[in-house]
Amino acid sequence: MATWLLGRSRILTQKHHLPFFLASFLKHTSPSIHPFQCPLSFSRYESTKAEAQLELDHDVVQDHHNQVIDFPGGKVAFTSEMRFISDSTEKRVPCYRALDDNGDLVKRTNNVQVSKEMAVKMYSEMVTLQTMDSIFYEVQRQGRISFYLTSMGEEAVNIASAAALSPDDIILPQYREPGVLLWRGFTLQQFAHQCFGNTNDLGKGRQMPIHYGSNKHNYFTVSSPIATQLPQAVGAAYSLKMDGKSACAVTFCGDGGSSEGDFHAGLNFAAVMEAPVVFICRNNGWAISTRVEEQFRSDGIVVKGQAYGIWSIRVDGNDALAVYSAVHTAREIAIREKRPVLIEALTYRVGHHSTSDDSTKYRPIDEIEHWKMARNPVNRFKRWVERNGWWNDKDELELRSNIRKQLMHAIKVAEKAQKPPLEDMFNDVYDQLPSNLQEQERLLRKTIEKHPKDYPSDVPL
Amino acid sequence: MSTCVRKFGRWVSLVSKRGFSTSTCIQEDASQQSLKSLNLCSAVNQALHIALDTDPRSYVFGEDVSFGGVFRCTTGLADRFGKQRVFNTPLCEQGIVGFGIGLAAMGNRAIAEIQFADYIFPAFDQIVNEAAKFRYRSGNQFNCGGLTIRAPYGAVGHGGHYHSQSPEAFFCHVPGIKVVIPRSPQQAKGLLLSCIRDPNPIVFFEPKWLYRLAVEEVPEDDYMLPLSEAEVIRQGTDITLVGWGAQLAIMEQVCIDAEKEGISCELIDLKTLIPWDKETVEASVKKTGRLLISHEAPVTGGFGAEISASIVERCFTRLEAPVARICGLDTPFPLVFEPYYMPTKNKILDAIKSTVNY
Ligand SMILES: Cc1ncc(C[n+]2csc(CCOP(=O)(O)OP(=O)(O)O)c2C)c(N)n1
Repeated sequence: MATWLLGRSRILTQKHHLPFFLASFLKHTSPSIHPFQCPLSFSRYESTKAEAQLELDHDVVQDHHNQVIDFPGGKVAFTSEMRFISDSTEKRVPCYRALDDNGDLVKRTNNVQVSKEMAVKMYSEMVTLQTMDSIFYEVQRQGRISFYLTSMGEEAVNIASAAALSPDDIILPQYREPGVLLWRGFTLQQFAHQCFGNTNDLGKGRQMPIHYGSNKHNYFTVSSPIATQLPQAVGAAYSLKMDGKSACAVTFCGDGGSSEGDFHAGLNFAAVMEAPVVFICRNNGWAISTRVEEQFRSDGIVVKGQAYGIWSIRVDGNDALAVYSAVHTAREIAIREKRPVLIEALTYRVGHHSTSDDSTKYRPIDEIEHWKMARNPVNRFKRWVERNGWWNDKDELELRSNIRKQLMHAIKVAEKAQKPPLEDMFNDVYDQLPSNLQEQERLLRKTIEKHPKDYPSDVPL
Repeated sequence: MSTCVRKFGRWVSLVSKRGFSTSTCIQEDASQQSLKSLNLCSAVNQALHIALDTDPRSYVFGEDVSFGGVFRCTTGLADRFGKQRVFNTPLCEQGIVGFGIGLAAMGNRAIAEIQFADYIFPAFDQIVNEAAKFRYRSGNQFNCGGLTIRAPYGAVGHGGHYHSQSPEAFFCHVPGIKVVIPRSPQQAKGLLLSCIRDPNPIVFFEPKWLYRLAVEEVPEDDYMLPLSEAEVIRQGTDITLVGWGAQLAIMEQVCIDAEKEGISCELIDLKTLIPWDKETVEASVKKTGRLLISHEAPVTGGFGAEISASIVERCFTRLEAPVARICGLDTPFPLVFEPYYMPTKNKILDAIKSTVNY
């Protein structure tokens, strides 16, 4: 035991001392599976699998009779060597990327092909999201909407993941993924309506700004409580599977979200139910003021997949091409094999957590600047698109001024629109108005008649 | 104040074998103390400073508390008492409370923060099935009395569904925990210190609307206010009004307006919702013959229902009108409809008038 503790670092640097489950994982599953060449017949759910793993695992010191314990779930080898599995692998799980920081395609990347049309659309939507964020943020600062939260720095995760999916895939968002909804055709006007909580807001003005949702776009309504969407996504995915749909559920969370019980429930359920669900964790370094070191001590999120029996990949979340490729491939695996996939996207929350937060209180400005400038996902993708000859300065100018105009118009319209009518306060608590609410509505209307000055003038009665 | 000191003396003697390390209690009279004008947030902050300072076995933790918390209530604590005693936790409420129970069960004071009362539900199992029953199920061999769970609750004007709720009634249905809600800075400091030092697990809801709005002269010293003692904060003869937390600010205005119309209201701050001080409310209702309860939480199944039922049991023959409840409506907390949802001054005033004229 003492030797083990003292010799820890030495042992960890020797490959043959990798924890046996990792050693065998490396043998069985190449981390660089080419899209569409994934071993589709692969099934981890048979107990014989464990046996096969053991046979291949020569590195483990097995006891002299080479005995195994036939344990529910599969055979496990005995070993005479008392050795603890380390807290982490020798090296951190590498991060898949297709474009380098300059936007050049890296050598020997197995990325999924992206057409000119797709690339230009992706870039345009990233710029749209960026512009929407900066204008809405300003509108909040002016006190015209009550709250806002940007996706600054995470434009690639937002847009490229959306681009890689089919509109039939069901999205269960956290809250920092409005780009997915944007991609699916939710208009800037609709975003503005929601933020102003007016009568055109599909959520009927009941929730805070940024809590978007659109049934038409297969985008479940945002809920503030963290991570609740994750097990729900498994249920939705199971339904898709039972209905024989060629679609999957895709759910997002942050690094903070991975600490909630619901995250673990979601992953475990997904594996056991063999549900076609893609978990995309935006590891953006911060959960409000809590840095990842205070959130978990694992090698990020990606390694948690294996513990639950889920395929997983770490991807550069600021590389739109890599995100597109990983999500596209994950979707294929999820649907064809009826199994979950976990994607950890390494990115950075460039903005404050929300308009209620000042992140300079807890993190260095240099760090923010570095990610904002040197690792900017929009600029990186732009360079690649430009270098392909698909985009130029004229296009850029046109796009930006066009979006600005659209946004200004949308905000004007949304601000002028009426609030939802009073009856919308009572509707939808249930499918039908129960008697207690009928009575409360009646009494409330009497009170309003008596004290009209107590109530906003812009809510139609 | 002298009541408090006497009471605390009794509590100290109740501390179990594993017990808590030393705790101080002021001996001077409140009037001799230096006062400072503080808002509710700073009053909570002061209480936490005192709690950590007076007991080396006390800890403050929760999401984002290190840098001062999203409401700034834990400002300066990590710097002064170190990262071992004041720390951020992973984003996991069940973890926060479960951890707090374990820490408390080892004889420490665990002061846990849940960022918003709306997010306390992942910890519901730990609170309801664990903290509340820890003592009882072990035959008093174990207890987690050192646990205090702080959570900002209630409306703020723009919080929508998940930054506005008042979930106190859920916890009032759970024997084994106490539920305490302060109405002002002075109350917040004294009650929070009592909660932290009380040998029972407590959920302490802080009215976040008042964090910056309510400013009051607060004694700078270490002082405690008694739990399970309601306070008559305004004497009256025609009707008894019962409330807690931020709602009392509205009810105080109602009392002034009612007085102008010749109605004398007696206003009671319940402070501790369980175990609650029935006697004070009962005595008041026996005097006034009328009762109105007001809270922000939805009326159905709210704690007002419990107060109403108990008082009808005890004062049936003395009541001159049905008990009135002016509360939140039975909908989720709605963003743009918040002004309609809320138990406003005029709603209460109207109800007072119809109760008095019944
Ligand atoms: C259950 C729950 N607890 C606490 C909060 C308060 N809260 C809102 S966002 C947040 C941090 C989330 O961080 P992360 O999941 O990393 O996402 P990010 O904001 O970085 O995108 C917290 C603690 C919440 N919304 N829900």
